[in-house]
Amino acid sequence: MLAKRVIVCLDVRNGKVTKGVKFEGNRDLGDPVEMGAEYYRQGVDELVFYDITASAENRAIDIEMVRGVAKNVFIPFCVGGGIRNLQDMRDVLLAGAEKVSLNSLAVRNPGIIAEGAKAFGNQCIVLGMDALKVGESETTPSGYEVVVKGGRERTGIDAVAWAVRAQELGAGEICVNSIDADGTKAGYELEITGKIVRALSIPVIASGGAGKPEHLAEVLQPDTGADAALVASLTHIDGYTVGQLKRAVAEAGLPVRI
Amino acid sequence: MTTPASSGTILIDYKAGNLTSVSLALSKVGVAHTISDDPEVVRKADRVVFPGVGAAGSAMANLRSKGMDQALIEVVRRGDPVLGICIGCQILLDRSEEDGGVDCLGLLPGTVKRFDFSHLPDPRPKVPHMGWNPVSFLRPHPLFEGIDSGTHFYFVHSFYPAPDRLENAIGTTEYGGLSFTSILDGGNVVATQFHTEKSGEPGVRLLKNFGSWKP
Repeated sequence: MLAKRVIVCLDVRNGKVTKGVKFEGNRDLGDPVEMGAEYYRQGVDELVFYDITASAENRAIDIEMVRGVAKNVFIPFCVGGGIRNLQDMRDVLLAGAEKVSLNSLAVRNPGIIAEGAKAFGNQCIVLGMDALKVGESETTPSGYEVVVKGGRERTGIDAVAWAVRAQELGAGEICVNSIDADGTKAGYELEITGKIVRALSIPVIASGGAGKPEHLAEVLQPDTGADAALVASLTHIDGYTVGQLKRAVAEAGLPVRI
Repeated sequence: MTTPASSGTILIDYKAGNLTSVSLALSKVGVAHTISDDPEVVRKADRVVFPGVGAAGSAMANLRSKGMDQALIEVVRRGDPVLGICIGCQILLDRSEEDGGVDCLGLLPGTVKRFDFSHLPDPRPKVPHMGWNPVSFLRPHPLFEGIDSGTHFYFVHSFYPAPDRLENAIGTTEYGGLSFTSILDGGNVVATQFHTEKSGEPGVRLLKNFGSWKP
């Protein structure tokens, strides 16, 4: 039986893994290649490396970092942030990444999803989306709106409609990050995750809000039905091992690779 | 100019996807290899890794355009070890249903079929079948040394190999109530539908085992 996936996300800034910590700002946590290798040893199913400053600085992702990861980590990993065009995607994939994550670029230029899917295959294209709860309205019938720039800028686009469009354009997977849940540690935002799971036929990764291992099991249960759960601070800051997270998923009766 | 009698282990490049991960995983476990798109080099190989992603139609067209299909068939027929991965597994069979029907290498009897879950109620299993799924080994094999039956491997595919003969299946996986062949066994040629290079330590162990396998 296909396993539910546990994915660890590493935000990279100036070559270091970083994590925003409340009242503290960004904290440098270590080297992305070493941290990726450690999570690999712990049995993570997939890794995401997100270059959080590449977009703002209008530069490409650090390809040496991608190569370094690929030499040490023999599981799929996804790279995002700073993908500007097909050439950037090609560079990242040829350096050994399995997938690229498109976020704000896809909002500005949805055609890039189709171009990427055609050039490299749907399975390579992950649409990353930040969703904000705004209440149902004519423009946001799902009650959730797509936001960009870490939630600072609203787009007026309905989150579920955007997910459906991205699937039609050829995205192979969608990662839904709830801006409301992010950082709360109160659990994933089950409502928007479930709405997107039910609207799509491609895998959905839940992101934002995990505060304890049981939260992963909750969002992966059939009633919400995410295919994968993404974590960052649970492992980086709170010190949970991937094994501990997976055991909680297994104890809830869900299939997981241990 | 002297031509070496053998070209060692060759990782075939036939423009069907990215070889980086396979090459890095082989290097990790000490399997020295050369990447080549030259059928003459492949003909002299002691050992061949035959990967590939994408569609069967374009994979076969790329293979044929340079005569690589014939080189590969020769290596398989003369008994040297060959490992197929993903599309490299599927196109060993006679035919694929992909792209409206594609004639493949015909090294093993069988067809490549599309996952069809249209008879199942919602929510149907997703296609492509993507992620980690256990593989049951049907019998012991030198390539499985140090790997337990039931180990998870990483899959990404919409089509699956369906060999005609039971003896050509050596690993099976279940998805959406269907048990499909996830490892083909053709004697000196073994092929995995999963991406062994992206399947963690068991995956690289399988590659290591292949590197010293003497069929």
